[in-house]
Amino acid sequence: MNWSVLLPYDFSPLTVLAYLLVAAGYIVAFRALPHGERPGPVRVFAFFLGLGLCYAVMQTRFDYYAQYMFFIHRGQHLILHHLGPVLIALSNPLPILRFWHQRIAPELGAWAIPLRWAYNTLQQPLIAAFLFAGLVYFWLWPPIHFDAMLSRNLYWVMNWSMLLDGLLFWWLIFDPRSPHDDPLSLGYGKRILLLVLVGVPQMVLGAWIVFNRGMVYDVYEVCGRAWPMSPEDDQLIGGILTWIPPAMMSIIGILIILSRAMKDDRPKPQPQTLEGATR
Amino acid sequence: MNWTKPLMIAGLALLLAGCFGSDQSWHAKEIDGLMPDLQFTLIRSDGETVKADDYRGQIRLLFFGFTNCPDVCPATMARLNRAIKAMPEDLQADVTPLFVSVDPERDTPEALGKYVSFFNDRTVGLTADEPALRDLAKRYRTTFGYDEADERGNYNVSHSSAVYVFDGEGEARLLLRPGLTTEQITRDLTQLARSTRA
Repeated sequence: MNWSVLLPYDFSPLTVLAYLLVAAGYIVAFRALPHGERPGPVRVFAFFLGLGLCYAVMQTRFDYYAQYMFFIHRGQHLILHHLGPVLIALSNPLPILRFWHQRIAPELGAWAIPLRWAYNTLQQPLIAAFLFAGLVYFWLWPPIHFDAMLSRNLYWVMNWSMLLDGLLFWWLIFDPRSPHDDPLSLGYGKRILLLVLVGVPQMVLGAWIVFNRGMVYDVYEVCGRAWPMSPEDDQLIGGILTWIPPAMMSIIGILIILSRAMKDDRPKPQPQTLEGATR
Repeated sequence: MNWTKPLMIAGLALLLAGCFGSDQSWHAKEIDGLMPDLQFTLIRSDGETVKADDYRGQIRLLFFGFTNCPDVCPATMARLNRAIKAMPEDLQADVTPLFVSVDPERDTPEALGKYVSFFNDRTVGLTADEPALRDLAKRYRTTFGYDEADERGNYNVSHSSAVYVFDGEGEARLLLRPGLTTEQITRDLTQLARSTRA
């Protein structure tokens, strides 16, 4: 096997450092947690699988193909915006997050307030859905896409923004805290609505690319492909990857939320009447 | 005296000057700030090693291709040639097309020399070993790839179909996409040559 395929095509020290910090942070917290609170082996596996997939599409030979083939670029964003963050969110890293939150939050001091405000704003359901679908549209807007593939800096901004937004959105959807217990946790119905809300525009965009007779993303023609492949095929497969897998992710997400809602079914809390309060 | 009125007029004039100051519009895609400046060390068709700075002061048109290219390369080079010939005569000498072959296996410097002289006296044929070519292509966010060779040893090469335009200082300025007409290229190159001289 040729091991050089595991080396980054475009080495980004900041990216490697960020991944190392997250992996190290997970391991340190895991070892420090009491046995009862530690995530089980399946959850640890899911977390590192998600993290590893995202790293692989950013810092191995895969990134080379993603830069010069439209359909592989779509595969890269499918992992950065969907699959990787979904695995990380489903692995429920809440104990790890709590561990670090308890240690870091007091250190932040006055910074904690704007940070919390920014996080809460980004996690407003409508803003989160708009950002999630909007970023897909933004980076696939043909003139923007052209610039992003030409400029190294913009390319990094694009990939990082997709990953961070993916993490925020899927964490909002798969937050393991029950909305019955935690008022900040989004209700199950709203989560399902959000998944539909982001699914539909992605399907429209994917279908538009698939059925477009013209060349929408000529940057790959202009900049040369990784191997001689017909532009129509490249665009067609890329369009399908924008259309079907994200739609499937939305449906799988809805099924997971539905099953959680059914397991978490509790009688409605009795409305507190004046009579009840005085009793 | 009330100073507000003259100040407002002056401000308005400045604002308008800002709007009309850069009245340069381009047919090609502007890439200032998107791409790095021109830097390379390659082998010229006469066997000499040359650097980007050897052509300093010239508007350089960088194109990646290969001499066995059936359609895109000859068409692009011929179009560039026509576009340059249609420029005002005194400005034509300010433009140097650089044809970089990404097929060093077949394109020896001699073969490359014959090929480029067919198009234009000013065209410079350049090549290097594959790793050096990969580095240069990566710098301009492009790539190339080779198809499987047929029984006669012929193979296709995928490469960029665009021309990268650098000004006299070596700054990236324009990207000529395949869809541009000869007239549009002439107008852009003339405008760039004039602004470089000014």
